[in-house]
Amino acid sequence: MTENVLDVRNLRVEFPTRHGTLTAVDDMSLTIARGEILGVVGESGAGKSMTGMAILGLLEPPGRIAGGQIYLSGDRIDDLTEPQMQAIRGRRIGAIFQDPLTSLNPLFKVGDQLVETIRLHTGLTKTQARARALDLMREVGIPAVEERIDNYPHQFSGGMRQRIVIALALCAEPELIIADEPTTALDVSIQAQITALLKRLCRERGTAVMLVTHDMGVIAETADRVAVMYAGRLAELGAVEDVVRRPQHPYTVGLMGSIPSLRRDDVELQMIPGSMPRLGSIPAGCAFNPRCAHAGPRCRAEVPRTHGNGAACWLAQTGSTELPAAEGAKA
Amino acid sequence: MLAFLIKRGANAVFVMLAVALLAFTIFRFFGDPVEMMVNEQATQEDRAELRERLGLNDGFVTQYTRFVTNAVQGDFGISYRNQQDVMVLIGERFPATFELVLVATVISLVVGIPLGVITAVHRNSRLANALQLGSIVGVSLPSFVVGIMLILAFSVSLGWLPAFGRGETVDIGWWSTGLLTPSGRAALVLPAISLSTFQITLVMRLVRAEMLEVLRTDYVKFARARGVPVGRVTWVHALRNCLMPVITLTGMQIGNLIAFALVTETVFQWPGMGLLFIQAVTFVDIPVMAAYLMLVSFIFVALNTVVDVTYAWVDPRLRDDAAKAGGANG
Repeated sequence: MTENVLDVRNLRVEFPTRHGTLTAVDDMSLTIARGEILGVVGESGAGKSMTGMAILGLLEPPGRIAGGQIYLSGDRIDDLTEPQMQAIRGRRIGAIFQDPLTSLNPLFKVGDQLVETIRLHTGLTKTQARARALDLMREVGIPAVEERIDNYPHQFSGGMRQRIVIALALCAEPELIIADEPTTALDVSIQAQITALLKRLCRERGTAVMLVTHDMGVIAETADRVAVMYAGRLAELGAVEDVVRRPQHPYTVGLMGSIPSLRRDDVELQMIPGSMPRLGSIPAGCAFNPRCAHAGPRCRAEVPRTHGNGAACWLAQTGSTELPAAEGAKA
Repeated sequence: MLAFLIKRGANAVFVMLAVALLAFTIFRFFGDPVEMMVNEQATQEDRAELRERLGLNDGFVTQYTRFVTNAVQGDFGISYRNQQDVMVLIGERFPATFELVLVATVISLVVGIPLGVITAVHRNSRLANALQLGSIVGVSLPSFVVGIMLILAFSVSLGWLPAFGRGETVDIGWWSTGLLTPSGRAALVLPAISLSTFQITLVMRLVRAEMLEVLRTDYVKFARARGVPVGRVTWVHALRNCLMPVITLTGMQIGNLIAFALVTETVFQWPGMGLLFIQAVTFVDIPVMAAYLMLVSFIFVALNTVVDVTYAWVDPRLRDDAAKAGGANG
C-alpha cells in the first residue's frame, strides 16, 4: 500500500463549554494520497473547517483534539508540541484561508511576507528568497511580478490576493495543502481561475490537497474524492463521480438534489426539511435521523459509521433500518 | 506622499493663524498695553507717543499682520514683570520642560507597550490580572500624589535621588540640557516617572485592547499557518497593527504632558515653562501668557501633523489618495 500523505484516524475535536463538552468533530477518518484532491463538504458548522484547523494544530482554545491520530506521511503530528508544530506548518502543510482580503497582513508588502515565509523554512539568503518569491508569484499567475512584489496587499484585487495566499502556501513545497473555502469570498469567474490553479499546482507538484468548501460545484470540478460531513461526523466518503451520481447517504442525496442546474431547469429543486442540529443537541443514533425520510428504529439507536469508504447509513450498509435481532436484545 | 505633506502643512499653518488671532486679541484688547508699560507719572503726551511708537493706532489687520510677522520671528515683546524679552524667558525654560516630557514619554512607551502585549497574550493569567489592577491604581492616582510619594520614598527615606531642581546643566548653544551631567540625570528620574505614571497605564490599556482585537484577525492566524513562530507573530505582525492608535495617543499626549507638566514642575520645583506660566498668571504678565499660548498651540499642531505623517508612513493605505483608500481607518 502506498503511503498516504495525510491519514486521519478517528479524529475527535471537543470544545469544553460552560454547558458541557461539545463535540465538533466526531470519529472522523480520512486519507489523502499524493497528488490527490480530497473535497470536504458540509454545511456551516458541520465540522469541516474544524478538521482542517485540527490538522494544522491551530484549534482556537479551548478547542482540543480529544481523540484519534493524525499522520503526515507516516509521522504522527497530532501530539506534537507547539515548537515542533511550528516547524511543520508552512513547511510540510501549507494553508489557504477563506478570505484573501483578511489573510494578508495589511502593513507588510506581499514580497516581504513571501520572503519571510520562504526564509523561515529554507536556508535561503534574502536575495535568493526574493528570487524565489518572484518565481512563485509568476507560477500562481500574477502579471508584472517585478513591480507587484513591492506592493501592499490592498493594492491587489481579491483574486490576485488569493493567488498571493496560494503562493505563500507553496513557499516551502509542502506535502499537503489545506484549503479552507479558498473560493468562497471570490467572484464566480475568479473562483474558476483559482480552482484551476489549485488543480494544476496539485498535479504538477504531486501535492495532496484537502479542499474544504460548502460548494458542491467546486468539488465536482476539482476533487478526486469527496467527504461529506454532517454535524461533525463523516456522512459519506467516496470518489466524486460516485458520490455525485449515485449518492448513498440520504443527506448526500438531499444535498445533490438541492443544487440548481442549468440543464435541469424543469426539475424543481429539492429541499431537506429541517436544519442541521446544533452541536449541543445531536440526537441519538444517526445525526441525520430526524430529517431522514427512511429513518428506522436502528437509525435512532445506533450511530452508523464509515471509515475509508461508503456511506454512514444503516440503509446503505445493511439494506435495513430495523434493529438486528441480536443487537436489539443487547440494547 | 508629497501632496499629502503639503496638504497637512497648509492645515497646520491655518490653525496657527487662528491661534495667533486669539493670542493677539488677548494681547491687544485685554487691558491697555500702554497702561501696563508706562509708569504712573507718565503724561498724556508720553502715552500718546508710546501708543504711536508701538503702532497701536494702526488698523486691526495691520496690527495683526505685524503680530504674526513678529511671532514667526520669535518676537513676543517684553515681559511686563521682568522687563526681559519674552522669547528669551521661554527659551531658558523650554528645554527643561521638553526634556522632562520627552523622558516621560519614552518611559511610558518602553514600559507600557510590552505590558500591554503581555496582558493581552496572557489574558486571564494571574500576572495579567495583577497588572490590570495596578493600571487602575495608576490611572486613578493624581500625579502630584505620585510625585510627593516618590519624593518621600526615594529622596527623604532612601536619599537616593534629589527631590527638586534640575541639577547641573550643560549649554549646547541656547539649549541647556540636564541629560549630560550625572546630577542632571538624577534630578530627572523622579519627575519623569511621576509624569509618566498615568501615561504608562494609558498606553498599556490601549495596547492591550488593540492586541486582543488584532490577535483574532485572520492574518494573525494565517501567519501562524505559514509557520511564523508565535513570538514573531505577536511582536512583529500583530503589534505593528496595534501601533496606529498608540502613535496618535502618544502624539496627542505629548502636547497634554507639556501643558500639564506644570503640576509636576510645581511639585518638583522643576524650572520649566509650567512654573514660568504660573508666575505669569500671578502677575498678569500678558506677553508671557500670549507667547505661552502660541508656543503650546504650536507644539500641539506640530505634533498632530507629525502624527498624521507617521500614520501615512506606518499604514501604506493612507498614502494613496483618499478615494482609493476607502477601506482604511480614518
